Amino acid sequence: MAGFLARRLANYVVLLILATFLAYALASLTFRPLDALSQRQPPPPASTIEAKAVSLHLDKPIPQRFGIWAEGVVLHGDFGRTVADAPINDELWRRAGISLRLFLAGTVIGVIAGVLLGVTAAIKQYKIFDHVTTLFSFLILSTPVFVIGTLLKVLWLPVNQAAGTQILYFNGESTAGFSGTGWEMFVDRLQHLVLPTVAIAIGLAAVYSRYQRSAMLDVLGSDFLRTAQAKGLTRRRALFTHGLRTALIPMATLFAFGFGLLVTGGVFTERIFGWFGMGDWLIVGVQNQDANIIATVTLFVAVLVLFSGWLSDVVYAALDPRVRVR
Amino acid sequence: MSETTTSTSTPTASPVEETGAAPITRGRLVLRRLLRNKLGLAGAAVVVLLFLGAFVSPLVYPWDYRTQDDLALLMPPSPEHWFGTTKLGEDLFAQCMRGLQKSLLIGLLVGVISTAVASVVGATAGYFGRGTDRSLMWLVDLLLVLPTFLIVAILSPAFRGKSWLLLVLLLSAFSWMITSRIVRGMTLTLREREYVLAARYMGMPAWRIIARHIIPNMASLLIIDATIGVGGAILAETSLSFFGFGIQPPDVSLGTLIASGTDSALTFTWLFTFPAGLLVATVLAVNFFGDGLRDALDPTSSRARGRRASRGRRR
Repeated sequence: MAGFLARRLANYVVLLILATFLAYALASLTFRPLDALSQRQPPPPASTIEAKAVSLHLDKPIPQRFGIWAEGVVLHGDFGRTVADAPINDELWRRAGISLRLFLAGTVIGVIAGVLLGVTAAIKQYKIFDHVTTLFSFLILSTPVFVIGTLLKVLWLPVNQAAGTQILYFNGESTAGFSGTGWEMFVDRLQHLVLPTVAIAIGLAAVYSRYQRSAMLDVLGSDFLRTAQAKGLTRRRALFTHGLRTALIPMATLFAFGFGLLVTGGVFTERIFGWFGMGDWLIVGVQNQDANIIATVTLFVAVLVLFSGWLSDVVYAALDPRVRVR
Repeated sequence: MSETTTSTSTPTASPVEETGAAPITRGRLVLRRLLRNKLGLAGAAVVVLLFLGAFVSPLVYPWDYRTQDDLALLMPPSPEHWFGTTKLGEDLFAQCMRGLQKSLLIGLLVGVISTAVASVVGATAGYFGRGTDRSLMWLVDLLLVLPTFLIVAILSPAFRGKSWLLLVLLLSAFSWMITSRIVRGMTLTLREREYVLAARYMGMPAWRIIARHIIPNMASLLIIDATIGVGGAILAETSLSFFGFGIQPPDVSLGTLIASGTDSALTFTWLFTFPAGLLVATVLAVNFFGDGLRDALDPTSSRARGRRASRGRRR
């Protein structure tokens, strides 16, 4: 089991490097970072542009440029500089923290809600609850995140107005210039966190509840569940200790794919709710034609996706004894 | 679910067959199951309506999506401008229909192309096995690590000002991976079947076995997948256009319309409500139709694509 997980991890590291290189190469091939400088009015002298090109290593071939960047990352933990010559490290950790907070809260709530809804819908198959959750999950699956986010804002506004105060905030991850005790800071952050988290979690819950429902339905008809009840377990105990555990196994794999989905959703959520996280940075990177930012964001995303893939392997092994034996 | 559906609404189903005297072909069976699924049928009807609306209405509606009515800036919906007008006095209904055209075309093309790529890659990997399989599936893993959105966002500046067909190619190039895993898993079992072995021993070349025997045997899966892919592709296109990475002005898509309506969602609600509602209705209808199609073509399948995907992934 440890060998299995270690082998997977080694494979992931290779994928990580290649994925980052791919993104870096694509960005370097298509971006024209000097345009912003050369189109300035009045036009700067050619020597200035040339100096900029040299400082961005544009005179070197792309693999070598990537080598320089990767060397900085691996040896010094330095992610390079932006086109505007600001160190990427300055922003990286703050942005990563902001995105992680959003993703983690969203995933945890989304997965738990999705699993619970799916299991309940399966147990109450073809009853009202089942039909309503099915209809809602279809509706949410057909609605892009940026519409969900905007709708949440529109729907919440009257609540804030009725309360006469900002119960939940629409913009940013904390109030600018806010200071107070630790508890007040925490509450302030929480007030900002709720709506974006709901925007992410609601989509995840819709996806997971669909899959969980069908996984649970497969299990409901199985022999071992009948046996468990025959040996004297109550239906509820049988369902939760034997049924749910088995029905969660296919979900572990889905979890790995789900994270990539989440990252895309995160980009929109951050833009709509004015969070300056990694997703927002990706858009900034494209707008500024900045290959280093793109590579950094890609690395962040790839680490998340692969870590969740690895985690899903662990969960899989924990849930399914057959994998552990190998 | 009554018995009334088949005899009245299908021209192909003759009364003789209803009694069970004639053998029922698979096509008829599928059609009959599809017609019994009310949600699926409603989805199909809405899709047809939207298609008609998107392609016929510009011919009869008095306003073009580009003309600006200077006498009606930011007007709410009225008999003259059905969906109201924008800041510049453009007619929102005409714009929505134009955007819907683009979204439907892109969705359809991407759904078909990406399923085709997925079936070729998956079948090749599964049929040849060994090194081919390992390298192709590794490529799939690599592409799955990079979210599609990220790649298309990076590449979009290079495609600015070029044809929207490039966007179709780009979207298809990065949305076939999960399906190809499923196809590969199915190919692994299909290639051991007697008819495949027989064809191989008769000396049929591998590509013909794949084209003649392997892919047709997964037709129902592929049809379902293409349909579901259409919905996904429409969402992907609008998402990209929302950020200005997809369809470029002066052309419009539902994504660009929603993007420009988002800021005024609280003040000039129609600018957001109509394009967003149209988008959700479109994708919802496609998904309902896809779901109905799945039940009709493959009634034994559990609806979990995740399970199939996991079987492919787990080896």
